[in-house]
Amino acid sequence: MTENNTIVARTQEEALALNVPLQEENNYTTLNLGPTHPATHGIFQNILTMDGERIVSSEMTVGYIHRAFEKIAERRPFYQITTLTDRMNYCSSPINNMGWHMTVEKLLEVTVPKRAQYIRVIMMELARIADHLICSSIMGVDTGAFSGFLYVMQEREKIYEVYEEMCGARLTTNMGRIGGMERDLSPTAIKKIKDLVYNSLPKVFAEFEELFDRNRIFRDRTIGVGPVSKEMAVSYGFTGPNLRAAGIDYDVRVIEPYSSYEDFEFEIPVGHNGDTYDRYKVRNAEVWESIKIIRQAIENLPEGPYHANENHYYLPPKQAVYQNMEALIYHFKIVMGEIDAPVGEVYHAVEGGNGELGFYLISDGGRAPFRLHFRRPCFIYYQAYGELIKGGTVSDAIPIMSSLNVIAGELDA
Amino acid sequence: MIDNQRLVEEIGGQFGEKVHRFEENFGILGFSTAPEDLLSVVAFLKEHPVLKFNFLTDITGVHFPDNTGAEFCSVCLMHSWENRIRVRIKVFVPKENPVVPSLTPLFDAANWMERETFDFYGILYSGHPNLKRILNMDDMDYFPMRKEYALEDPTRRDKIDDLFGR
Repeated sequence: MTENNTIVARTQEEALALNVPLQEENNYTTLNLGPTHPATHGIFQNILTMDGERIVSSEMTVGYIHRAFEKIAERRPFYQITTLTDRMNYCSSPINNMGWHMTVEKLLEVTVPKRAQYIRVIMMELARIADHLICSSIMGVDTGAFSGFLYVMQEREKIYEVYEEMCGARLTTNMGRIGGMERDLSPTAIKKIKDLVYNSLPKVFAEFEELFDRNRIFRDRTIGVGPVSKEMAVSYGFTGPNLRAAGIDYDVRVIEPYSSYEDFEFEIPVGHNGDTYDRYKVRNAEVWESIKIIRQAIENLPEGPYHANENHYYLPPKQAVYQNMEALIYHFKIVMGEIDAPVGEVYHAVEGGNGELGFYLISDGGRAPFRLHFRRPCFIYYQAYGELIKGGTVSDAIPIMSSLNVIAGELDA
Repeated sequence: MIDNQRLVEEIGGQFGEKVHRFEENFGILGFSTAPEDLLSVVAFLKEHPVLKFNFLTDITGVHFPDNTGAEFCSVCLMHSWENRIRVRIKVFVPKENPVVPSLTPLFDAANWMERETFDFYGILYSGHPNLKRILNMDDMDYFPMRKEYALEDPTRRDKIDDLFGR
């Protein structure tokens, strides 16, 4: 604020037109968005420089929940690393788990039976639905509509019940094993999944979309806000729904199919402008595609074993450990992490909730990785956030952040 | 259809002796180049009319403590969406002078990837607009992913356990 009441112009043109002196210093204010604020959905700080209500520039600080997973992984046997991957994108942890198993299977050159691949697809798509439900409904919360969030929360609960049935956990799932799944789909799980994809979810989700898609307030808050052009998206390393909203049909499930994704019929939804509304629409369309994939997978679920006979990495049945010498030896060696992996350098990518989740693994023939790097989609595209909110208002910055679906656990690893 | 054989021919034909150590690991072609040639190699791959490596997937570092004279490796992974093929480019640098040119002029995404690699390995990216720590705290005075900072061995026996009854 200027002390006396003289009028000053902000721009040269204004100064000439109004015949008043040009403001010499910028009256910028600094605003901390985060680190802990409900609207940031995680712990990251943005130091905003504001000119009135407009954001002039922002400095992003990340790393508040950095847990050194890559370093910890260098000491752990392969099967223990699965629990680290859970804690990256905790909205869709089964995808991370499966991605890691597939990376190790690639290194070991293990072929996973068809049934296990289909079960994995079902679990990964359920995880994708859970992830997108949260993201889309949180966008509603951030623009002032709470009820949509509560509607879909019930459906996410049903997905978590399937997780519980499959692995006993809800959030940090540790689902699947190297070589397949740790247990088969139980009749209860099949019933729950069928009920979800045929009855409850389509109804509730259609209702949810009806609430938002043509809602005047929601559209005004999101259309044209934070647009990302194709060129910018590619240059900033966008992947996943955020990239597809910009109009590029890149999807790892199609470009490099893994776990039998080539067997399923589905479409890649794309947007036009890459703005907040498009990102919301693309995620919603992906939920419908995921429902389609799960229906196909559950209808055509092949018979057969649900894991490969990978003695060195897949735990033998507990009963056999008590009765069979070989099983006891393998059990001991696996649990103690005594098994040396082959030498190799692997990169495996899966389509995570947020985009291309990559695992770069270098094995030097020891029990633990020599180097393991996670390509975390959040971390790479979040750096564009400063660019996206520049020139906008704080009230625009919040929906942009929630539409990017930045997950702190994945961002900081 | 572009395959790894074609890539070797294209890259080798353009750069000759400047690119070496071609290897194929689980379907992905990898090769090494000197720090001074990295920018031209990446720009060539990005702007090539047929290869079209339009996307920088990842940059990361690796520490090979036994590889005397070339302890650090900066690995960048590029992807050609149109040809559905990836390529891995490695730059080995000595630990006394770990300087690698920054890819930020070509890809905006390189910014944070390189900051992360610097943060954990101390590889210096010349030409980077804002090379400072990103995930670790600013006043940290070491690079934690280097191999000399080993995690504690869980099977060690030299601890005095009497105090804790372990």
